[in-house]
Formats: sequence, C-alpha cells, structure tokens
Amino acid sequence: MATKPELITSASSLEELVRYMDAGADAFLLGEATYGVRMPGDFTIDMLTEAVKVAKPRGVKIYAALNNVMDNHTVASLPAYLEQLAQIGIDAIVFGDPAILMNARSKAPGIPLHWNAEMTSTNYATADYWGKRGATRVVLARELNMEQVLEAKAKGSLEVQVQVHGMTNIYHSKRPLVRNYMDHQKEAGAKFAEGDHLPIDGVPVGTQEDGMYLIEAERPEERFPIYEDLNGTHVMSSDDLCMIENLHELMEGNVDSFRIEPILKSVEYNEVVIRAYRSAIDAYYEDPDGYEFNEEWLEAIQDVQDPKRELSYGFFYKEQVY
Amino acid sequence: MATKTKPQYTGKRHRLDRPELLAPAGNLEKLKFAVHYGADAVYIGGQQYGLRSNADNFTFEEMKEGVEFAARYGAKVFVATNIYAHNEDLDGIEDYLRGLEEAGIAAIIAADPIIMDTAMRVAPKLEVHVSTQQSTMNWQAVQFWKDEGAPRVVLAREASLEEIAEIKNHVDVEIEAFIHGAMCSSYSGRCVLSNHFTDRDSNRGGCCQSCRWKYDIYEDDIQLFGMDEDKFTMGSKDLCMLENIPDLIEVGVDSFKIEGRMKSLHYVATVVHAYRRAIDAYMADPDNYELKEEWLHDIQKAANRPLNSGFFYDTPGAEDHIYGPEDKAAPYDFAGVVLSYDAETGLAVVQQRNHFKPGQEVEFFGPNGTSFKQIVGELKNEAGEPLDAARHPLQPIVMRVERPVQPMDMMRKRIRP
Repeated sequence: MATKPELITSASSLEELVRYMDAGADAFLLGEATYGVRMPGDFTIDMLTEAVKVAKPRGVKIYAALNNVMDNHTVASLPAYLEQLAQIGIDAIVFGDPAILMNARSKAPGIPLHWNAEMTSTNYATADYWGKRGATRVVLARELNMEQVLEAKAKGSLEVQVQVHGMTNIYHSKRPLVRNYMDHQKEAGAKFAEGDHLPIDGVPVGTQEDGMYLIEAERPEERFPIYEDLNGTHVMSSDDLCMIENLHELMEGNVDSFRIEPILKSVEYNEVVIRAYRSAIDAYYEDPDGYEFNEEWLEAIQDVQDPKRELSYGFFYKEQVY
Repeated sequence: MATKTKPQYTGKRHRLDRPELLAPAGNLEKLKFAVHYGADAVYIGGQQYGLRSNADNFTFEEMKEGVEFAARYGAKVFVATNIYAHNEDLDGIEDYLRGLEEAGIAAIIAADPIIMDTAMRVAPKLEVHVSTQQSTMNWQAVQFWKDEGAPRVVLAREASLEEIAEIKNHVDVEIEAFIHGAMCSSYSGRCVLSNHFTDRDSNRGGCCQSCRWKYDIYEDDIQLFGMDEDKFTMGSKDLCMLENIPDLIEVGVDSFKIEGRMKSLHYVATVVHAYRRAIDAYMADPDNYELKEEWLHDIQKAANRPLNSGFFYDTPGAEDHIYGPEDKAAPYDFAGVVLSYDAETGLAVVQQRNHFKPGQEVEFFGPNGTSFKQIVGELKNEAGEPLDAARHPLQPIVMRVERPVQPMDMMRKRIRP
C-alpha cells in the first residue's frame, strides 16, 4: 500500500504551530515575506530553528517557503539564507523561481526541493522538467481538475501536493493597489462611508489583519479578500475549497500531500479543519477498502465556516474553457 | 504622461548596435503593415498554444507567407506559444513546433518550460525566447534560462531600468522588454481572476480582463466609500516609453516589444512608426537626439487608454491606474489604405477601411515620409462614378491627394477634437 499522505499547513507563530501539530498536521510550510509568498505570518530564521526543534521529535516536517518572485536584491541574499536553512535542518525548500535552484545546488545540497509556481504548475511533464533539475515534489496549481491531478500523479515522477482546503490566491500584483486606491480617493476628496480610514503615510494599509474584501457588482454574494504586504497585493478566492467528502479519490490516486491553507482564518477554525482531515486520512489508511466518509467531519467544518463564504470543490469538478 | 526622475543612464555611453523593434501582428495583413512601417520583427499567434484565443491566429500557410514577406525587409517572425500547458495539451506540441520550424519561424516565445524543452529537442532551428509569463526579474533566473539554451529572456513587466542594468551586467543574453501597450497589473501568469469569475482559463488564453472591472471595497463588513465615489480597480494605464528611448537603449535592452495582437491595423502601424523614428533618430545621432512632439502626438492618435511608464522608474502609484471611465476612444479613426498613386493626375486609389466623405479632415501618413493633412474632395469609384461618401468596406475609392502618397500609406480621419 502507498504511504500515508502528508497533511500540510502553515502557521503564523510557534504557538500556532504546536496547536496545529496537536490537531494533526504533520508538515508545515513556513517562512518570511522576503522569500516566501502569502504566509499567514513571518517566521524568521530563529523561529524556524525553534520550529524544527519542536517538530523533529514528533516526526513533523518543516519546509521553508522560498516561493516568491525574486528580484536581484533578494537573490543576492539567497546563498546566506540557504546555508542557514541547511544548517538548521529544514526538511525541504519550496521554490518557484529558478534562482533558488541555481543557489540550492551549492548552498543547500541534499535538501529536497519542492517546485511550487502557484497558478503555473499545471502539468506533469513540466513538473518532471523541474524534477530533472532537482525537484522532488510538485505543488500543483489549484485550477486543475480531479482528472488532471490524478494523471499528474500517475504519469509524472514527482511527489504531488494539492491544496484540499481553504481559500486560494487568484491574483498577485507587485503594485500596492489598496494604498494606490486610498491615495486616489484622498486626492479626489472622496468621502469615507464610516469613520476615518484615511491611510497615514508609512502605516501599512489593507494588511492581513484589516479584513478587507472586494465585491463585484454582478456577484454581490461573493466576497474576495484582498490584502497588501511587502510583496504587493493579493486577491483571494471568495469560496473555501473543501475536499473532505472526496478526499478518498485523491488518496486512491496516491496523491502525496494535502494542504490546508490557513491564511485569513482563525486558529480555532484551522484546528477544526485539520482535525477533520486528520480523521479522514487516518480512517482511510486504517482500512482503505472499508473506508466510509463520516458526515461528522464535514459538519464540524460547517459549524465553524463563515456563512458568507461558500465551501466548494474549487476546480476539482469543473470544466474550464479558453 | 508623468515625467519621472531619470536615472543616470542617459549620455553615459553610446550603444552601437541597434535594438530590435518587435511588433504584434494579429493577422497576416497586420504583419505586413507592421513590417512595412518599421518593425524589425513581429510576433504572431498560431492555431494552438498561444494566449490570445480570440485573435484571428495564423495557419502554417499564412505563417509561411508572413515569413516570406518579412524576409524581404530583413525582418523576422516569432510565434507566441506562451500558454501554461495542461496535461491534455501535451500531445501535439512536437508536431506543432516542427510545423513552426518548417514555416520558417525564427523563434517561439514560451512560458512553460516543457514547451521550451520540446522545441530545443525537436525543432532546433527555432530560437526559444522565455516569455514574460515566467515573470523573470532577477539575473540568476536569466542565467538559468540562458544555461538551458534560451538566447533571449522577456523580462517581467515589473523590472525597473536599474534592475535591467544589473541583469545585463551579470548575464550576456538578449533582453526583451515591453515598451508600449496594455499591461497585466498582476505578475503575468499570476492571475486566475478569469478562471474564478467566468470559468475561462487565463493562462491558456481565456483572460476576460476582470482586473479592469470595478469593485466595491469593504473593511470589516463596512463599505468604505459611497456609491458616488470612484470604485476600486486593478486596471492599469497603458505603458508608453516613447519619451524614454535613450534610457532603454543605453541600459542595454535588445528588443523593444509593443503589446497588442488584438489591436487594429491602424494602431500597430501608428505605434511602430513612432518608435521606429525615435529609435532611428537616437541611433543616428545620440548626442543631439531630441524627442519630437510629433511622435507623441501620433501615439495619441491611436492610444485608447492613458499612458504611463510602468515599473521602469518607480513602482506605479495612484496616478497609474484608471479609476474613472475606461477606454476613451482615440481622436482619430482609420479611414483607408493607399493602393496606388498617379503622380501625373495627383489621384490616389484608397481602399476604404471606415466611412469617410467629402469635406472631412483626413491625414495621410506612411513610413517613407508621407505626412500631411487635407480636406477630402470629390470621391469616385473605380468606374469613375461620383460617390457622396465612401461607404463600403474595402471598396477602392479614387480621390485627389494634395501631396504624393505611396502604396500602404494610411489615411486616418479626425473623429473628435
């Protein structure tokens, strides 16, 4: 029988990391905004060191997020950063930019590399292309359907990771779009509907904590979270992917790793979700043939789900055109 | 157009080799005009693997004709194969790439490494240019693609002049940069708004430009602005680097790329013509180069959005987005193409491309110096019968022109002040 799939998430602090481990997560993607994109919180190298210390004895893996679009400035600091990551015993490096490969070969030899180009990791042949250059795992785009995901595992030679729960990023710009808009409104003398939201120079606007979202006129029910950070502006999906009912399809297909995206969710919510997926994975591997989906797992998630955000199957059962 | 603080590149050194002017061509006719108006190379889309599924993309036969036409001017033809492939797209890539090679295409512009890799393997005469969809903006990634066998990298639109300079200092590879046209406001390829809003796959050509839609913004369930205020958008102004040609040349950009496979014939010819004159003027005499107002005015005649300088000098701010109404039509419209001219009679045959009639102000322009305005006089059809207006698309119209014109010169009419 295939090995039990990994249940991976992220955390914004060491405390959260421990709580999610207790809930059943067995791998973490952690990092800081300079190198990693869309982390729920920054893990400095010191925090990563601690994370590895806490996780190792429990058999939990810590992967470093270096999946940002890199500029010259960032690339200059890569050798030192990679050496540090190698020293503290990180379990894998997650990359999108080829500059990471160029450096990892000499600065972090032997550490597994996971290829994650977000929306553009779309087929197994390209995954194998990166495999030939050192990657051991592909993190597939979330815009693929079930057939494509299963085929990527069956035909490709890398480990396959897919997101199974939570929101997904649907737009990433280097531009500070929230600040730009606020500046424009200020300039235009626009009236703020409530209170004083005028941005103050030097104070970040539209952070993860600010709870901003967009609504498009023809889709009044859908709320698209938006936030800004060091890496620009991120727009997130209005629905939360939830594959718990159909997780067995992915497990039957021997998919190696299931990601729960914890960003913009409470710790309590994430704990419930992790526990539910933990239960499903454990039940399946105890007895694949006798496995039955337990409604309670889904109900537990539904109980904590924001009613204004739909639980969906994402693109798993969708036909797309172009 | 905002003029920003210029870095120190201007005047420091003089580049000797002329950069390439690379123009889009949505169909064969646009290809011919782009080349005739001064493009050193054009990029087109084929029937598969390109990101403009709505453009009238080229068949292999049309590609061959395009390649032959371009060759007469010493120009090259590139094909955009810039999708991110899904599993089911993989079958057929080899045959398609061999077809491009066989058609005489000089290069593909590819984003997905499996397409690059396949091209190098099965169609070695095709150069592989790494697409902007890869969002390459550091020198080590550029070095990586060079090592993989790509002679050219199209940088991310987010790269600044300073960053381009650093890349050129580190790696000896051709650098292509977008200098004009519409821009993704996201990192190219890092946007699936269309997938989420309309089930259309943006990275396989289904983009429906949701970034240009208007949105209400909320914080903690409170709508931040009233209904009468400008709405939030991600839509960007269009790029225009015509005022900054010396900086781009001296920083070492090898290919100046104009966006717009979906743009009109008139747009492509006008924009190419403006950049051609600017580049040639600078290369001919860098010390005494001066931007001509006329070039900028010409660009405005075809522009349909306000313009800016993207990320070249600074990260775009509030002034670089379009919060008000979108797509203001250009003040001029394409009216006709010169088919022939008789110097003795002063009569030209002009193929109708949009309605025009006696009394209207029109402007003739062309790559070989044609540039004048006149009022439209008497119009006749080819049989010599008088016409009250040129009403029929593609109809040859005989009209008097006040100065000599040449075949493929264009006539535009003013549609608003």
